Amino acid sequence: MYKIVRKEQLNENIILMEIDAPLVAKKAEPGQFIILRVNQEGERIPLTIADYDREKGTITIIFQIVGATTQLLNTKKQGESLADFVGPLGRASELDGLKKVCVVGGGVGCAIAYPIAKKLHKLGANVTSIIGFKDREHLILEKEFDACSDRLIAVTDDGSYGEKGFVTDALREILESKEEFDQVITIGPIVMMKFVSQVTKEFNIKTIVSMSPIMVDGTGMCGACRISVGGETKFACVDGPDFDGHLVDFDTAIARSAMYCEQERAAHTHVCNLLKQEVQ
Amino acid sequence: MANMSLTKNEMILQDPKERGKNFNEVALGYSLEQALDEAERCLSCQNSPCREGCPVGIKIPEFIKKIKEKDFEAAYQIIYEDSSLPAVCGRVCPQESQCEKFCVRGNKGESVGIGRLERFVADWHSANAKTKVAAAPKNGHKVAVVGSGPSGLTCAGDLARKGYEVSIFEALHVAGGVLVYGIPEFRLPKEIVRKEIETLKELGVKIETNVVIGRTISIDDLFEDGFEAVYVASGAGLPNFMKIPGENLCGVYSANEFLTRTNLMKAYKEDSATPIKKGNNVIVVGGGNVAMDAARSALRLGAENVYIVYRRSEEELPARKEEIEHAKEEGIIFKLLNNPVKINGDEKGFVKSVTCLKQELGEPDASGRRSPHPVEGSEFDIQADVVIIAIGTSPNPLIKDTTKGLETDRHGCIVADEATGKTSLNRIYAGGDAVTGSATVILAMGAGKAAAKAIDEELK
Repeated sequence: MYKIVRKEQLNENIILMEIDAPLVAKKAEPGQFIILRVNQEGERIPLTIADYDREKGTITIIFQIVGATTQLLNTKKQGESLADFVGPLGRASELDGLKKVCVVGGGVGCAIAYPIAKKLHKLGANVTSIIGFKDREHLILEKEFDACSDRLIAVTDDGSYGEKGFVTDALREILESKEEFDQVITIGPIVMMKFVSQVTKEFNIKTIVSMSPIMVDGTGMCGACRISVGGETKFACVDGPDFDGHLVDFDTAIARSAMYCEQERAAHTHVCNLLKQEVQ
Repeated sequence: MANMSLTKNEMILQDPKERGKNFNEVALGYSLEQALDEAERCLSCQNSPCREGCPVGIKIPEFIKKIKEKDFEAAYQIIYEDSSLPAVCGRVCPQESQCEKFCVRGNKGESVGIGRLERFVADWHSANAKTKVAAAPKNGHKVAVVGSGPSGLTCAGDLARKGYEVSIFEALHVAGGVLVYGIPEFRLPKEIVRKEIETLKELGVKIETNVVIGRTISIDDLFEDGFEAVYVASGAGLPNFMKIPGENLCGVYSANEFLTRTNLMKAYKEDSATPIKKGNNVIVVGGGNVAMDAARSALRLGAENVYIVYRRSEEELPARKEEIEHAKEEGIIFKLLNNPVKINGDEKGFVKSVTCLKQELGEPDASGRRSPHPVEGSEFDIQADVVIIAIGTSPNPLIKDTTKGLETDRHGCIVADEATGKTSLNRIYAGGDAVTGSATVILAMGAGKAAAKAIDEELK
């Protein structure tokens, strides 16, 4: 069993959990992910590692309550345990040697962008972070980003915090000012990563995206997580999750991510009803 | 007096119409009377040719003799000396191409139903035996096993019985490997696998789930942690796809994924948290045992039509005859001499049909099988909402990439000596599908057994 040593609600529907998982914490690197099961009957879901503490032996995950399993996960309290927690899975982000990088995070994706920005900062790179949210209420990790970024730009869709607009607007503005980067690293909703990649393509800047497709085992065995990259089929769990954003077939990835939408909605409603019953 | 009947006692099967709707075991096993009657068909040959055909060398005439004497527990103990998984092997071994192939009764009539007798004995033991296996006295040596499939379990069991302290590291949340994620409930009930693994634990084998060797811990770490030898039995690896247009559409699965969702994650149960797309028209591409398992699982999930699309003819189907027969009885439609060339989707990215090209067979190829050639202009579409690709696997690069100096062949399979499992690195052994590519449970067990023997010789 894997104990939840800390639980924090970051905003309305984004939750942070710090999990006791010493073996995972020993090896974890930015860009990698874990797979967990909440209980013995639960499904396996992948979540990217938001932070790790080798000394304490803990892994931090940050998740958005979107479906039945994340909702169930949120019912677990600090001090309680998760049935299964395996990792670190996937390849670590390749950050060595990068001098000037723009990290673009969107929504809960900022939770994954953060350890990357932090590591880059530690490696001595110049880091520009662009983080985007729906509105002020949904803002997360601003302080953390500020601590590891040479420049931080926060944007919100409605302008209730920072500049009004999308991360792509802020990114375009910087790139149009002829500023150059070794690489843009972007993590967030798949549609956002698609548009970020389109913008950087115009400016010919290498762009890495972190894909989080549907997975089952996370070790290469099932192939659920396949993604078309430059016309070739890759498995996000063994070949990724980082890929060249200019080569990823985003439209197929978007379609695949919606494969179980109907079933998910039904399961979500089912869990909602169960929880309501418990409360009553 | 020997039973000179030319035919085996038939096992009772669930009615095909009924069983196509449930995940309960298809074959129901021998009754006591049947087992005794079948045992009498064994002539107790002095040279026991049947043993030659068994990859783990079970003393077949001896255990059958004990059945004749109605000492079923003794029969079980004889099998258990050579096989850690009798209840599994009695169900999934291709006996027709192993022990039973060499049975002299097969020269005139049918061979003795060795597999069915093994199953009977194992099930008798499971239902009746009171004695627990005793853990052997420890010899002070530690061995790590990577993967808890049939090969790893066998190696661990053999070493534990010799007194080794064995830890198995399993990437998934439950032990059993392909026995739990791959082979369906209706062919191998998971309760049986669980019991066989419990027996190993009684022997003192430790099983650490949720540990991915090559990620959570490296092989080098294992040696640092005091393990003196490592047996790598990490399984077949990554599913192959056909590299045809449309393979990433929603509703296209690898057989591994489809079976894992169904078996391991119990998607066939109403209350399972794991979703699966239950198709009305399902196409399974491939002709091996895995293809049969996937097709029959899809049928049980409620499909109206399930097709096996295979590019060669019935004669070349690699699946066991028995599985093909069972599939046909259940109503699986065989579209032989056809090869999919394109998967077509709707506007939302879901599968709607598969375009196939008819094939004809030419001269035998390198594998000895007649190679298929497309018949030009023979394209036709089959309507489908789920497509399952069951055309084999490629090795997982994880252990190779994280273990410096571990030699692999041009396909990426770990190179290991067939007789000992020795790899290019000192004290690292390997076997099962990680070495051979997709093969059978019993061959993987044979490799685990050979490696256990070699490890014992090196460490003792």
